[in-house]
Amino acid sequence: MRWLLPILAAFALLQPAAAQDRMPPAPYAYTQLEDPALEEQARELMHTLRCLKCQSQSIADSDAPMAGDMRHQVRSRIAAGESPDEVRNWLVSRYGDYVSYEPQVSSTTWPLFAIPIVLLLLAGTVLLRRIGRPTDTADEGESA
Amino acid sequence: MKRLRYSLWIIVGIASALFGLFAYQLTQPKDEFVQSAMVGEPMPDFELPPAVPARPGLSRADLADGEAKLLNVFASWCIPCAAEAPQLEALERSGANIVAVAIRDRPEDVERFLSVYGNPFTRIGRDDISEVQLAIGSSGVPETFVIDGDGVITYQHIGDIRENDVPKLLEELRKAQS
Amino acid sequence: MIAEIGLAALWLAAALAVLQLIGGFVGARNESSELTALVRPAAVLQGLLCAVSFLALVYAFAVTDLSVKLVATHSHSMKPMAFKLSGAWANHEGSMLLWIAIMAFAGGLIAFIERRLPEKTMMATLGTQAFVGIGFYLFILLSSNPFERLSPVPMEGNGLNPLLQDMGVSFHPPTLYIGYVGLSIAFSFALGALLTRNVTPEFARVMRPWVLGAWIFLTIGITAGSYWAYYELGWGGWWFWDPVENASLMPWLAATALLHSASVLAARDALRTWTIMLGVVAFSMSMVGTFLVRSGILTSVHAFAVDPERGSFILALLALYIGGALIVFALRANTIAEGERFSLLSREGALVVNNVALSAILGIVLLGTLYPLLTEAFDVRVSVGPPYFDPVSAIFFLPMLAILAVGPLLRWRKDSFDRIRLPVIIISVVTVAVLALVLALSDIGVLPLLGMAMSVGVAVASFMPLRGRAIRRVPLAVWGMCIAHFGVAVGLFGIAADTAYQKERLVAASPGDTVDIGPWEATLASISPVAGPNWTAMQGDIFVSYEGGPATETFPQARSFWAPQGETSEVALVTRWNGQLYVALGNMAEDGRWQLRLWWKPFVTWIWYGGLLIALGGALALVGRVVGDVRRRSATQRGEERRAEEAALVAEPAE
Repeated sequence: MRWLLPILAAFALLQPAAAQDRMPPAPYAYTQLEDPALEEQARELMHTLRCLKCQSQSIADSDAPMAGDMRHQVRSRIAAGESPDEVRNWLVSRYGDYVSYEPQVSSTTWPLFAIPIVLLLLAGTVLLRRIGRPTDTADEGESA
Repeated sequence: MKRLRYSLWIIVGIASALFGLFAYQLTQPKDEFVQSAMVGEPMPDFELPPAVPARPGLSRADLADGEAKLLNVFASWCIPCAAEAPQLEALERSGANIVAVAIRDRPEDVERFLSVYGNPFTRIGRDDISEVQLAIGSSGVPETFVIDGDGVITYQHIGDIRENDVPKLLEELRKAQS
Repeated sequence: MIAEIGLAALWLAAALAVLQLIGGFVGARNESSELTALVRPAAVLQGLLCAVSFLALVYAFAVTDLSVKLVATHSHSMKPMAFKLSGAWANHEGSMLLWIAIMAFAGGLIAFIERRLPEKTMMATLGTQAFVGIGFYLFILLSSNPFERLSPVPMEGNGLNPLLQDMGVSFHPPTLYIGYVGLSIAFSFALGALLTRNVTPEFARVMRPWVLGAWIFLTIGITAGSYWAYYELGWGGWWFWDPVENASLMPWLAATALLHSASVLAARDALRTWTIMLGVVAFSMSMVGTFLVRSGILTSVHAFAVDPERGSFILALLALYIGGALIVFALRANTIAEGERFSLLSREGALVVNNVALSAILGIVLLGTLYPLLTEAFDVRVSVGPPYFDPVSAIFFLPMLAILAVGPLLRWRKDSFDRIRLPVIIISVVTVAVLALVLALSDIGVLPLLGMAMSVGVAVASFMPLRGRAIRRVPLAVWGMCIAHFGVAVGLFGIAADTAYQKERLVAASPGDTVDIGPWEATLASISPVAGPNWTAMQGDIFVSYEGGPATETFPQARSFWAPQGETSEVALVTRWNGQLYVALGNMAEDGRWQLRLWWKPFVTWIWYGGLLIALGGALALVGRVVGDVRRRSATQRGEERRAEEAALVAEPAE
């Protein structure tokens, strides 16, 4: 079903010609920062920010004009000395957690982090019970 | 054996919870809109040049002059923006002060748009890089915000304004004024 | 007329499925029932009818019969033939018909050739298969009829989405479908065995080729899909943890686990309940994926499925089949006798670890994919993406790799560490050496670093099982395992290397400008318009050279389609053994310069080579198993004949 992606993407990328603005992209939408270290920070951050106009793409993977404007914001803020986390928080304070692909531990997202730990413990117990048991006495139920 | 059977029923339980969630979400109208988290917050500082010569530009100071206003985020290339023109006019007639931000728009296009669909705006700021749009948590055009006299965002309407949205917006505007 | 034949064939097939269902379950209770004889022919005929129906739809698309609604809405007479044909399944109705056709065909195939299991189990299996089939027949006939006529007949069709007009995307949906639907066979076998209390190594041996086959197609489908997204979306990404991608990854994870646990059951008669469980889960994941994508509850701006009726229908099927199967399983699980015991330090032990890890990863992908849906029920919107999936799945994936390296060296049932000490030391030394080397030479993230080191370790380890064996006498299935595991290493190396060392350049260039990107130098010679059958494009003429070597000419395009309207980026790729240069042409900037996006992606192609190697390994194992089965069967047959003859000889004098 991977091939359905284009259909999703299509709606993000292919707007009818009438609904396309004629403005040139923002300065930093398609231009990298001079400083490679800052650009690297910006690049990493952009891959974890959600494009609001496209269904499920990061702003680093989208041709939508709004994604371009968001890239411009990210790059100019990083260039102005903000840290990636500050930029992320700035966007989250505007759009909520939805804009960030990196969920933070909070009252609404804790199960995302608790459940893997439970899975880890569960996996550990299953395996430990196998180790702990002498191999010849086969009297317990199959537990895998 | 007993323990095994219990864990299997837990799996059945999880699966049915999942199906329940799916069923619930199917019945829910899909809310595609990303709500702004800025409702209740003061407008951030900004200053936009005029989008057309006929109207002044827009800045934070203009929004904190004691009068509650509607802030319409629009663009000439956006089709629903044309569709909501009559409603904006109705709002204007009812006494609303409407200011606007034109997103990624050339002056000549804005001019043409306003000459065709009317100009209910007292100020139009030109936002070529969606800077104000991003700063107030708007994720598309058109959107309409209610700003109170102190420049605090009190309400956000996403999408084009339909006829039945007009009273609600006027009500929100009245609340913001008081 | 052709469309009506297609529809009639489909109805007839549905009727046969009802017959197969009744006959199958009656036969499972009472083998001597007269209905039993009808079940296999019903299944075979159904397969043929569905094939006819599907071909009728393909024909309607081939001749662009615009009186068929589906053709009118998804095709266009100006389209190239290949895309006309692929248009038949690049839409909801057509893809459901393809789904059913594959399912019926596979069902017919097991009915026709599979005679190793007790007839009772076979009847229950075919009955289950028909039960699943009926749901989908109802779905397509009642709510998604692909043969619906249109009146008045339009002058021209709407065309196919430009992004879908691509060879890769045309032929990989069928591949994935074979995978998804193949898992329905595993589901039917699992339920058949469960219902008739016949969970035996023989059952695992019978089921295994089907799982293996489905898994090979899933592997190819996911690999191809990833490559398609890579070159078509124009930004150099190859995996986004998008819900649609996860929908295809989850069945693959379950099938991978099932494959390994079925091996344990086949070889050692252990992990009986677990194997049945995975058989149910694997097909559940296919259906959950289908549901998520088609119901539109996760990604709803797309036109594919925003039909709540379809969503409800699939959900009802999901609840009926999966819920039903789980309940039957929970009720019956304690009647499955316990399997053989084994020590943790044994092949089975390693495979258990592998299964637990795969299941945990599956759980995490499922959680991450569905979590936004859960919070939405409480009006909270969150996004879960790569920054979550990458590290959290790595927690389970990296230990699993360690087991993957060592497990195949272990003996069944019980082994000692002393026996495998030497290879383990070799593997560890190699891994640590690579780790130290990479750490000394470059500064990269923890995950790519571990990935790179472990990929080399696993690559070395993957061929260790051949150590001390006569190469010519190694069974094909063992070769398959080694190659598939080697494929994992190759793919992982590609992922790690690309993540750690890729270079990106976004520039505005005018003709004559030269851009440096990593070891490459790219010179834009010119930009000129070109025209295709249903598109026009701006085409860049760019000369690229690697480390000052001879220049290669590349032609990235920005294409505009007109039916329907839209734009795509046709990237230019220059492939070397050690990576790919990725060149995309963007828009013209205001000052007349052109946006160029370039990436140097070291070893990125190894990701897909790895995927293909995994599939190749699977294919070798499949051939090995099937040949082995055929030989064994003819040997038993000869044995039986001889015994019969002997018995006859013994019996004769008595007459």
